[in-house]
Amino acid sequence: MPILASNHNRRVHLKQLTSLAGLLAAAGYSELSHAAYNQAAFETKSVNEAIKFQGGSVISESKDILITAPDYAENGAAVALGVSTSLPGVRKILLLIEKNPSSLSASFQVSEWVEANFSTRAKMSQTSEVYAVAVMSDGRALYTKKEVKVTLGGCGG
Amino acid sequence: MTEATKIRAQALGNKTTVRILMSHEMESGQRKDAAGKIIPSWFIQELTATLNGRFMFSAEFGPSVSKNPYLQFVIKGGKAGDKLSFSWRDNKGATRTDEATVT
Repeated sequence: MPILASNHNRRVHLKQLTSLAGLLAAAGYSELSHAAYNQAAFETKSVNEAIKFQGGSVISESKDILITAPDYAENGAAVALGVSTSLPGVRKILLLIEKNPSSLSASFQVSEWVEANFSTRAKMSQTSEVYAVAVMSDGRALYTKKEVKVTLGGCGG
Repeated sequence: MTEATKIRAQALGNKTTVRILMSHEMESGQRKDAAGKIIPSWFIQELTATLNGRFMFSAEFGPSVSKNPYLQFVIKGGKAGDKLSFSWRDNKGATRTDEATVT
């Protein structure tokens, strides 16, 4: 019964395709189509609001989020900051500087191909708490913070 | 005109560490010129990274990211010959794409 067999195969393929699409959607791929710059998140002064604009609904502190930041920054124009976590289900990684004119500095939307581990350099206008945040696929936002003392600010004239 | 993004990607064991350095002023919009006028912000807003043509990650930057933005990240796996591509767009609409190969 070759016809029946091929029908069966097709059904199996369809099933696999459907579950693959589901996986991709769960991984946040559905957002790719409307990945417009999140102006609101980058304009607010508030750390909480910025996290919410980036999709984090329930915000809590977590030891599983690691932050790399110096205790003192002699030059606020370029402070090396890093975020990492080994938790599964990370959708976005955020870096926020509480006392900057706008708190959110950078946001990374990850895929299955990269670790939730990003480092960059940011300007700090003054001594401030720095927040490392992981927005999870279930909407939780987990953070760790660290104070960085700035001797010379990086935002003023 | 824009300058090339410097890209270093080295596979080691079961991961590939990538360091990139984009060339951009990243003017914060907070500074004033000699006449006391605010210098308008000018910064990279979005960065998209692909691995062998597939979406790898995207980033959104505010003006507080430092001049000539530096970024380090880690690819799960990755091997010599894998192709990386980075495209950025700034708040004035300028774009730039640079490519590199994992070594």
